[in-house]
Formats: sequence, C-alpha cells, structure tokens
Amino acid sequence: MTLLRALFMRLLTMAITLFGVAVVVFFLIRVVPGNPIAMMLPPGATEEDITRLQALYGFDKSLFQQFLIWGGDVLRGDFGTSISLRQPVSELVLGRLPATLELSLFALVIAILLGGLMAFLGTLYRHSMAEAAVDVTSGTALSVPDFLWALVLILLFGVLWPVFSISGRVSPSLDFDFATNFYIIEAALRLRFDVVGHLLGRSFMPALALAIPLAAIIAQLLKQSLKETMHLDYVTLARTKGYSETWVILSEALPNAVLPTLTLIGVQFTFLIGGTVIIERLFSYEGLGNMAIDAVINRDLPLIQGIVLLFAALFTVINLVVDMLCVILNPKLRHA
Amino acid sequence: MSGFLDIKGLTLRLRGGPTILRSVSLRVASGKVHGLVGESGAGKSTIGKAVLGTLPRAIEITGGEIWLDGVNLLALPPRERRRRIGATAALIPQDPLTALNPSKRIGPQITRRLIDILGWSKADANRRARDILDEVHIPDVARVMRSYPHELSGGMRQRVLIASAFAAEPKLIVADEPTTALDVTVQKQILRLINEMRARHGTALLFVTHDLGVVSKVCNSLSVLYAGKVVEEAQMHRFFTQPIHPYSRALLAATPTYLDPDGSLQPVPAEVIQEVETEVHQHAQRAGYDV
Amino acid sequence: MGARLWLSGTWLGLLALAALFAPWVAPHDPLAQDLFLGRLPPFWMDGAEPGYWLGTDSLGRDVLSRMIHGARIALMVALIAGTLTCLIGATLGVLAGFYRGWSDRIISRLVDIWMAFPPVLFAILLIAVLGPGLLSIILAIVIIDWTRFARVIRAETLSQGAMDYVASAQVAGRTRFSTMIAEILPNILPTVIALLTLEMGIAVIVEAILSFVNLSISTDSPTWGGMIAEGRTSVHQAWWVLVFPLFTLFLTVLSFSQLGEGLKDRFDPVLR
Repeated sequence: MTLLRALFMRLLTMAITLFGVAVVVFFLIRVVPGNPIAMMLPPGATEEDITRLQALYGFDKSLFQQFLIWGGDVLRGDFGTSISLRQPVSELVLGRLPATLELSLFALVIAILLGGLMAFLGTLYRHSMAEAAVDVTSGTALSVPDFLWALVLILLFGVLWPVFSISGRVSPSLDFDFATNFYIIEAALRLRFDVVGHLLGRSFMPALALAIPLAAIIAQLLKQSLKETMHLDYVTLARTKGYSETWVILSEALPNAVLPTLTLIGVQFTFLIGGTVIIERLFSYEGLGNMAIDAVINRDLPLIQGIVLLFAALFTVINLVVDMLCVILNPKLRHA
Repeated sequence: MSGFLDIKGLTLRLRGGPTILRSVSLRVASGKVHGLVGESGAGKSTIGKAVLGTLPRAIEITGGEIWLDGVNLLALPPRERRRRIGATAALIPQDPLTALNPSKRIGPQITRRLIDILGWSKADANRRARDILDEVHIPDVARVMRSYPHELSGGMRQRVLIASAFAAEPKLIVADEPTTALDVTVQKQILRLINEMRARHGTALLFVTHDLGVVSKVCNSLSVLYAGKVVEEAQMHRFFTQPIHPYSRALLAATPTYLDPDGSLQPVPAEVIQEVETEVHQHAQRAGYDV
Repeated sequence: MGARLWLSGTWLGLLALAALFAPWVAPHDPLAQDLFLGRLPPFWMDGAEPGYWLGTDSLGRDVLSRMIHGARIALMVALIAGTLTCLIGATLGVLAGFYRGWSDRIISRLVDIWMAFPPVLFAILLIAVLGPGLLSIILAIVIIDWTRFARVIRAETLSQGAMDYVASAQVAGRTRFSTMIAEILPNILPTVIALLTLEMGIAVIVEAILSFVNLSISTDSPTWGGMIAEGRTSVHQAWWVLVFPLFTLFLTVLSFSQLGEGLKDRFDPVLR
C-alpha cells in the first residue's frame, strides 16, 4: 500500500517536472530573435503571405493563448508540424528516437563492462600497483567529458589508425531493408548477425566516447563498495570455504556491493543520453540529438519543443525505472 | 606428539610495520578442543585468520609453518591452499549478524560449498543441509532454508552458522569468539550446542576467546597469548590449579571462575600488571621493535 | 597527492600568463591570413617555415598564435562563468539546505526541471535565444549549470545542519543566519572550491562545444573550439590544426578537475 502511494507520488512529481519543462521551453524559444516564418518563405513574399502563415501556425495569438492551444494539442499527442521539414513532429521525433536509444544502450553496455572490469581488477589486486593504475585511469577518464574523448577517438581510430568508422549510423553500401528504426535490435531478431556486427562497428566509436566517463564513475564507485564489502564477515567466511578470490568477489561481494552503483548508473545514464546531442553531431550519427541541433539552427520551434519534451520524458521515465529496480533488487525492501 | 593442527614459530607483521605475532607455536590434537585466550588486540583472532588463510593484505607472514592434516599450508600455492583449507577446515564466526550474506537465502549459503567445492550432487547437498539444520535444533527447517538472513534472530543465525560449519564434516573448526556477540541467555545454549556437535562429529576445535569462563567449560587445553606471544600453553586442569606465567595468574584472578560460584571479581593486582609489562617490554626490546 | 596539484597548477598558471600577455607572447597576428603560407606543418617536419612553430591552418593563420589568443577567451569564460555559477548556485543550495521549508521545495523542483533538459541542447538553445557573443556564452553557462552547485551544496548543507555542533551553536543563542555564516559555511567551503574549479573546466568545454557547432562568438575570433572544428574538417591534410588545440583543451580541462580534487583534499578538515 505504501509502495503504491510512493509510486503515485513519483508519477505526480514526474508530471509536474514535465509540465515545468514544457513551460520553460515554450516561453524560452518564443523570445528567439529571427522570425521563423520569414525563413520559410521564398524571397519576395508579400505581407499577406506572412500573415496567413502566422495565422496557420498560431503566431498571431497571445503567448498565453498559444501555450494553452499547444498544451492541449500535446496532451492529445499532437506535437505540431516541423517548419523546416514539413512533417508531423511526432513522426520525425519517434523516427529518430530508436537511433539515439540504441546508441545510448550500446554505450551503457560498454560502460558497465569496462567499468565493471576495472572495478573487479582493482579489487582483486587491491593495495598494489594495479589498483593504483585503475585509480589513475578512472580519475583521468572522469575528468574529461565525452566531447573530448570523441575527438581523441576520431583522431586515434578514425585518422591515425583508421580501423573504425567515424561517420554515420549505416554504411551507404549496406544492402539491407529495415522495417523499423531499431536497426541493431531488428537485425538481431532477424538473425542477421553480420548486419548486427556491421552496425555495432559503425556506432562503436560514438558509443565508446559516451561510455568512457560513465565507465570511470562505475569503476570508482563499484571498486569502493567492493573493497568495503570484502572486509565483511560473510566474505571472510566464504574465503574459508575454499572458493577462489575471483569467485568470492563476483558471487559473494558483488550482489551486495552493486546497489549504490546501480542507483548511480541510473542517474548517470540520463547524463549519457544528454551527451548524445553533441556526440551524434561529431560522428554524423542520424539520431535525435543531431536533429535537435539542426532544429535550433533552423529555428524550427515545433520540432525543438517536441525533441526537448521527449528527452525530458525519457529522463524522468528512466529515473522512475531505476528507483523501482532498486526496490526490486533489495531483498530487505522486497520482503518488508 | 604432533597435532592435527600444528603451528610452528608463526611470525606475522604489518607490511612495512611492526611485528604482531612473534614465533607462535600451538597444537590442536585430533578431536580435541584447544582454547586460545588473550585480551583483545593480543593477536588471537589473527592466528585464526592465518590458519584459515583470511589474513588482511596488510599483514604478511614472515616466518613459521602451519601444518594442517599433515600438510604445511604455507608451502602451498595460494589457490591450492584455499582448496585444502576449504576441504578440511571451517570457521564459526564471531558476529552472526554480519556473517551471513544478506542477499542470499539460507539454504544455498549452506549447500553451495558442498556442491561447488566438494562436488556433491544438489540433492545430496540439500538433504545434508536439512539434516544438519535439524541437528542444531532449528525448528521448521524447510522455512528457514528459504529465508533471508534478516528474517532470522541472532541466535538462529548463529545456529545456522554452526550448522554450516559442520555441514562438510571438517576435521578442524576455528571458532572465533562465537558467543561474544550474543546475549547471555543465548550464549550458554550456543556453547552447549558447539560442544555437543563437536563431540558427535569428532571435530578438532580451536576456540578463540577472551573469556576464561567459556574456556573452562569447553576446552581440553589452552594457550595464553599476550602481546603477540604465547606466554603459557597448558592442559586445562593444570592451568586452573597451577598457572605459571604471571599474566595467566592475573587473568585467572580477574575472572569469575567456574570453581568459585560467588564469582567475586578480583581486580588484576597492580604489581602483576607491572611485572607483566616489564617482561613484555624486555621481550619487545629483544625483538627490536617499539612498544 | 601533491604532485597533481602542482602539475595542474603549473599548467594553468602558464596558460594564464600566456593569455594575459597574448599580444606580446604570440609570434603572429592570430587573424592574419596568408594564402601562400597555408597548411604549413609544425617546426620539426619537412616544409616548415621558421617562426610558425606549430604550423598554420588552411588560411595561413599561425596555429600557436591562435591558440594563445584562444586561451584568453577560454580562461575569461572559465573565470567569469565559473564564479557567477558558483555564487548563484551555492547561494540557492545553502538556502534550500539550511532554511529548508518552502524555499527548499521551490529550488528542488526547479533543479528537477533543469535536470530533465539535455545540457548541450539547452546551451545551444540558449545561444540561439541570446544571440552569439561572449556574454551569451557566460549567461548560458550560468543558467544551465547553477543546478550542479545547488544540488551538491544543498545536500552538503543538509548533512552539516544535522550535526550536533550546529544545534549547540543555536542553543548557545546564535541566530540562524549567523549560525549559517559561522558554522556551516566554513565546512562546505572545500566542496565549493572543488566544484568551482571543476565548473571552470566545464565552462571551457561548453565554450568549445558552442564554438564547435558554430554558435559561439564570431567566426573570426580565435577560439579553441572553433580551431578544433576547422581542424576536424581538414584533419587528413593538416592534422596539427586539430591536434594542438585539442591537446591544449584536454590538458586544461584535466588540470581544472585535478586542481579541484587536490584542493578539496587539502582543505578538507577531515582528511587534513
């Protein structure tokens, strides 16, 4: 009962947050200098044309009225029409979302593997040079944001030793018809693992750039929790049972040490998704972030609003899912 | 006479720091109970850890041998040493509240090692776990095996830990202050239980404690540890009638003994403390470290 | 521990000196184009021209001089934006954490809303609204990043406020405000300093990202981000145009963050 109540309160705060985002983005971009209507019209359009288009997009009404109309539309699932691309915003945005989601999830997997491995090695070889090496590596990786890692990766593996693609989600030469925009997942479901490999190779560089800072955070926090757990009595007891240190770390310590890291990954995952905006730009990856930058440059108000709202919804949903996961994974809470 | 566990001249020190144990020797004969007594900080738990291979990394072994069932553990490569210890010895830990993995059910915490390390079948391991839990007088065994540790009381958890220690029929059990964390009424029951289980299974027991009263109830022989050094090793009866070392005498005097039902507590006389301190200090200076 | 403090401090010090004396230190005019001197390699390679130590870009502009002048903008943004963000964010954080109640509710809700924006997109959007220019960049950083301070300082103030020494100060008859100034502030200062240096590094990055998407100051001001953007398009013909500014930016961001960590360790009364 209390759990249901807590969930309800969370959903309520989520709604308030999303409403806040909608208000901020709506009024913020209406202060944009530069009339978007003027950009849509060919040179030599008459005053009458402008007025007609303004009426079409509702720019002739008061700001407050515009907000009410827009808010009502949004609640009905209508996000308007993109000014620059002349297509429904919801179609455009949902078409690009899978690309960004796949990139982010791939990056998350890399970060967990990389950070987990570093935390494990640092714990296994604690109080030695190897642990110091893990500390220095994660400290450096953490201090430098994904934007710079992306440029370093482009330089190293795109130019100096060109083994990875640094541009685009799919090679133009790939002969494969996708029915959905979840390319990697779709290819895997259709058992075309050659295509999966191709796609993962294409997005490996941007995903790695996004993953490096998160991997470092995971490495640091998880190693700290693991080391604390390694001192506990039940871990000592497990050692006397004849298990190897590796097994002790992975089976006895990890399940109890992982919870704080998991919570952190949840928060950090939204930061990672936020990072896709500039990373997609750098790697010409056809996702939501890349589209967002174009939308800002083109002053495409409906599209900007749609994308920002989608990101905000994504972030709040992820936070909710992480909180619920933590409850499920904690045996004490589960049985309470 | 060589014991089942035979520690010879064990010397430990903090990495790059002072020595904590100086040339400690002690024997536990097969099926016998040997007490290891001393104040906290004397290094008695450290000996138990050295035997079971769970010393913290900050401590290194600089000398000595630990013979377990005819094998010098310190001469084995680490992985093999662990297997060997896991197959022959077990630990009854101090604090039942922290010695069970909070994220695992009780059943697997007893059966996993039987399956993983000793190669039992799952059915055999489960049957064994049920039998042994029954032996330690746990009611409703099936429910307990499905429980998480936090759902059991402290006394129950200690019973589970005792059962777990005996499950693989080890030949040696190290009990590290197994009753200290429990309240007095439970202490007696647990002590009786350990004694009963040990006698039934014929297990040798190294009983680490600071409580002479407890020692007098369970042990056949004992070693008294003071400042990292064994100051007296004796059979139980001889120790309580004719303690030799001044520290032993002081310890006895300060303990409400089982011989004296009034249990009137004698403070350690100041001159005894002085005597002991001087002796230890001299020893320390001979060993070359700062006290 | 001391080493990273000194290394990062030295690098940032050198950078600050170069930025301060840019017109005298830089060997060339950072804007002077000379198409005959386009894409000169750095000094140790064949075809290098004396005086152009780190080569030139496709328009024949001296890379070293542009980097030195770029440091001016980068450090100016770091200093001003970092300090302003710190002042505003930390003040709101202390307000929320110390006075709690409705001020905490409003500030925390605002932080929640802010956290739901992807920061880079937010920055680009703000620059689009505010128009390009140094002031816009600084404003954008302050508007976006105050939440970083507010969140951390609020949590820190909350935990300090729960300590016994705060209660005993109040029992001793101090007002709430003077308790905050005298008891809480000194204890959260190490965190504030660490965050401030960290924020300076972030400000440099944001400036670079905005220059990179061509929304920064103006195309002819030499900025590191602008140089990196140019360098990236011609990386196969002239790698040095990308590598040197990138390396400088990398080192600077790393130094700010290491300096912050080092200072925090040094000032933390618990660790000292």
